Amino acid sequence: MITRRPKNLGFLIGGFIVALALEVLPLPTWAEPARPAWVVCALIWWCLNSPQRVNVGTAFALGIVLDVLKGTLLGQHALALTLVAALAARFHLQLRVFPLWQQTSLIGVLTLLAGVVLWWTDGISGQPGNLALRLPTVVTTALLWPWLVELMRSLARRSETF
Amino acid sequence: MAERFRTASSGSLFLDAPTLGAKTVLFVALAIVMMMIDRREGALGAVRSTLEVVVYPLQLAVDAPSSFGRWVGENLASRNTLLERNAGLSARELEAASLLQRMAALEAENTRLRELMGSSARLEQKVAVAEVLAVDLDPFRQRIVINKGSNAGAYVGQPIVDANGIMGQLASVSPFSAQAVLITDASHALPIEVNRTGLRSIAVGTGDIDRLELPYLPNNADVREGDLLVSSGLGGRFPRGFPVGVVRKVTRDPGKAFAVIEAAPAAQLNRSREVLMVFAQFAFVGPPAPAPQGGAEAAKP
Repeated sequence: MITRRPKNLGFLIGGFIVALALEVLPLPTWAEPARPAWVVCALIWWCLNSPQRVNVGTAFALGIVLDVLKGTLLGQHALALTLVAALAARFHLQLRVFPLWQQTSLIGVLTLLAGVVLWWTDGISGQPGNLALRLPTVVTTALLWPWLVELMRSLARRSETF
Repeated sequence: MAERFRTASSGSLFLDAPTLGAKTVLFVALAIVMMMIDRREGALGAVRSTLEVVVYPLQLAVDAPSSFGRWVGENLASRNTLLERNAGLSARELEAASLLQRMAALEAENTRLRELMGSSARLEQKVAVAEVLAVDLDPFRQRIVINKGSNAGAYVGQPIVDANGIMGQLASVSPFSAQAVLITDASHALPIEVNRTGLRSIAVGTGDIDRLELPYLPNNADVREGDLLVSSGLGGRFPRGFPVGVVRKVTRDPGKAFAVIEAAPAAQLNRSREVLMVFAQFAFVGPPAPAPQGGAEAAKP
């Protein structure tokens, strides 16, 4: 799928910081359940394109930061992102050659996995959760994926010309 | 460096799979252990407050557009609007001042009566103003971030209130910011009393921003719709007498032992931009200490 990719560390860190900021950007209450899982999206992209550099370790660290940022139990997002990154890194060769629509639906499945893990850990720790409210995120994240791929491809191409 | 990277990536074709699996198992176990420890309040407080310092710039950056928008709005407000607001505020200030005059007399009377009864007087409460950052936290929890931390004297468990009532308490504090749990969070409960009757109970959060529940009152408890609930001060965390909510609905099912009582929080939990941190110094509310009986008994620690 993507042959050229940015090797720049600043690019990677900057991208994750933007994703983290987007995760806590204030939205109107009605739109909140539909907030795309930006960090999940960015993480999967890096796991597919640079699985040696970005995999479960990065996912765990990102998850802890996200837990602090969002005020959840320390480890909830870490667990969800670790599992997502493990699957994405394990199957990156297969996922990379899938056509875009198929990739998109699998991103949805991975986001759903993250949502289910968060819902499940919420339940165990005594927080009431509603799985149905976590479903709009799955749709918006999947819809975001093709645009993200296109954006990263054009950025990578541009950075190579520098 | 490039050489090493290449060998690593080519070797990883066969070696990476078990490593990835092992790493996954390790991190999953670590995450589960952290969650178990973090459920015990405060056990990972140091880790959390350190990381909160790290993410604070990010939160400020996210907050910046909305605070800039407010600043622009304030600066571009027309003269007429300002005059109107000024007139309104003066009128309210006058009203508040007249109420305060009566309050001073009542407070003196209250102190005198308490002295007569032999119970300890309520101490003064200091407050500090903090601002709520425009940052969206987990939508399934009721939490907010404020821009004052331990540098301003904030501490874990500190009550925060707004102009209308109790909002919640600080759950984790870093030097520059703090995260507060609102009273409607499902993990929050606070001791209250019904202002009309003095009936004490506990108001439990539901996870809904505009709903509190009183699950521990029997069917025949004297609670009506419209009753004001104030904090009772039991437990020693919240100051006594602050409004908590208003009873919205009472459902009595004769088949059940407990009434289902719903209340609306008094504070504007999702609209307040400014909150007050209460530095509560209370006298202990509870049974009086037993009088010393004999010299030897009393000397015992």
